[in-house]
Amino acid sequence: MIWIDTLVQGVLLGGLYALFAAGLSLVFGIMRLVNLAHGDLIVMGAYLILVLVTLLGLSPFVALLIAMPLMFALGWGLQKFLLNRTLGDDILPPLLVTFGLSIVLQNALLEGFSADSQRLPTDALTTASVSLGPVTVGVMPLLTFASAIVVIVGLNQLFYRTSLGRAFRATSDDAMTASLMGIKPSNIFATATGLALVIVAIAALYLGLRANFDPSVGPARLIYAFEAVIIGGLGSLWGTLIGGIFIGVAQTVGAAINPEWQILSGHLAFLAVLLVRPRGLFPRAHD
Amino acid sequence: MNTYVVETRTRASNVTAILGTALVIALILLPLYAGRSTIQDMFFILTMLVLAQFWNLLAGYGGLVSIGQQAFVGMGAYALFGGVILAGMDPVPAILLSGVAALVIAIPTAFFAFRLQGAYFAIGTWVIAEVFRLLLAQWKTLGGGTGTSLPRSATKDMWFVDAIKTLLDVKTSAARDILAYWLALLLALATIGGIYWLLRTRRGLALAAVRDNTEAAKSVGVDADRMKWMVFLTSAFGTGLAGGLIYMQKARISPDAAFSVTDWTAYVIFIVVIGGIGTIEGPILGVLIFFALQSLLADFGSWYLLSLGVLAIAIMLIAPRGIWGLISERTGLQLFPIRRRLKGGQLDNLED
Repeated sequence: MIWIDTLVQGVLLGGLYALFAAGLSLVFGIMRLVNLAHGDLIVMGAYLILVLVTLLGLSPFVALLIAMPLMFALGWGLQKFLLNRTLGDDILPPLLVTFGLSIVLQNALLEGFSADSQRLPTDALTTASVSLGPVTVGVMPLLTFASAIVVIVGLNQLFYRTSLGRAFRATSDDAMTASLMGIKPSNIFATATGLALVIVAIAALYLGLRANFDPSVGPARLIYAFEAVIIGGLGSLWGTLIGGIFIGVAQTVGAAINPEWQILSGHLAFLAVLLVRPRGLFPRAHD
Repeated sequence: MNTYVVETRTRASNVTAILGTALVIALILLPLYAGRSTIQDMFFILTMLVLAQFWNLLAGYGGLVSIGQQAFVGMGAYALFGGVILAGMDPVPAILLSGVAALVIAIPTAFFAFRLQGAYFAIGTWVIAEVFRLLLAQWKTLGGGTGTSLPRSATKDMWFVDAIKTLLDVKTSAARDILAYWLALLLALATIGGIYWLLRTRRGLALAAVRDNTEAAKSVGVDADRMKWMVFLTSAFGTGLAGGLIYMQKARISPDAAFSVTDWTAYVIFIVVIGGIGTIEGPILGVLIFFALQSLLADFGSWYLLSLGVLAIAIMLIAPRGIWGLISERTGLQLFPIRRRLKGGQLDNLED
């Protein structure tokens, strides 16, 4: 019975990792940019929600509604004024600029909030649990997983049902030709990063509700997100969810055997997939 | 005279050779006239320079942006501690073990990481470094997660320490620092000399060709994959040696410190980017700027790293070839020229 419980916990944890990864996957899919500051942006989002909660006395969920447009604006500006300048054939500028941004964000958060670990306030709802057949699961992990599904369904709808989604796909395929059709790639890129940071804000909410966080935990979130993206196959959002679940299950199973092996077993599972399926489980036909 | 010659030397490089020799002699004799804190600062500068040169070889010449160099620093350091504590080796020859250990783990690392491209390669190397950190934290004989120290008996009668003590008439602890400094100087000179030599050989030309245009290089018969392996393994070996040397001097190790991404990769990337990526001069200039900034901003804690990050971002956007790139562009100065120029024969007449 304990194994079923472990598996279920792992799958639900995977929902959180898929939320971490969805923004990374979105940005990479549209502009082939890997944002090394992604994990630190998640941590920054958690601090933003924390500040809104403490200053305005709001519930974290209401604070998220305020944080989302703020994060969108931040992402839009970041892409438009900084990251767009790094795009091109050379892979060095985007990598080194986002790596620098990661270090800057970590140290700015350290300066602003100290190294003490923080947590978003939980209430009766977030600590409740329900019985699902043989296992009992927390409402919070369930909500996280459901949010991951909603985000992925929402992104897929956006991509294939709206004119913005069409512009995203067109720019991703060929920015030059898209611009001949009246699309401004630099604005499309800015919108995409803005959208990615809205998802980052959602991920940040669940990060802060689930566990303690401090300015130094960003890079580990980036690594989990990255592993989920690679396992799923670049460019596939449902693949990213499967990748997140894969890492989540590997971690909880590893932790069940020996608590010290939790993170390590996630990484080893990732390397195993890389060995067997270098392009991930659900690769796009072409890239 | 109708014979053509290919030359790489310039007037500046000849002057550099003369001034460089004088500088090297001054650096060798440094322990005679400098205090202990200067020696320790110089040790730090030289070891960071070695790490920066090898990262530059990887990213600037090989086009392989790694964020996992801490794997080789940490592995080198742990190999040294393992050799000394478990096998009773002397720390000085154990540094060679550090290089070999880093080389050995570089083979599976490259095998996995080369399956990823560009930015994903970068994060992939980071994941693998994390795996090694977590694995070594499980090794209880070497202190597990909390780490361990070199036994006093091993550090007390290290090779050469007695000789330095009598030669310079200093205490054991100072003699250890001087020994570490000389080894760092030797390693830094060998690194710069070795990389300069490599870039001037046929292999170096092939490497530059692969970096500039992989497809074109392949079409003229350059084996691009072999070049990537060669650069990755060379840089792992050198980084491992530096890691062993750094931790021989520290004499205390923990997995979090030895595999720190900030200390062994972020700083190194900033040094290379600020100084000038893709040149030998860049990391030298970069490490000096880095050290100056560190001394200036030492009292401001996290503001220091923050401003270093901002500076690196600004340089990457405004002057992607770094500060040395700016200088070199304005003045045409090349201290370690690797560009081949055709001279002699009819070319000389054409110039007139």
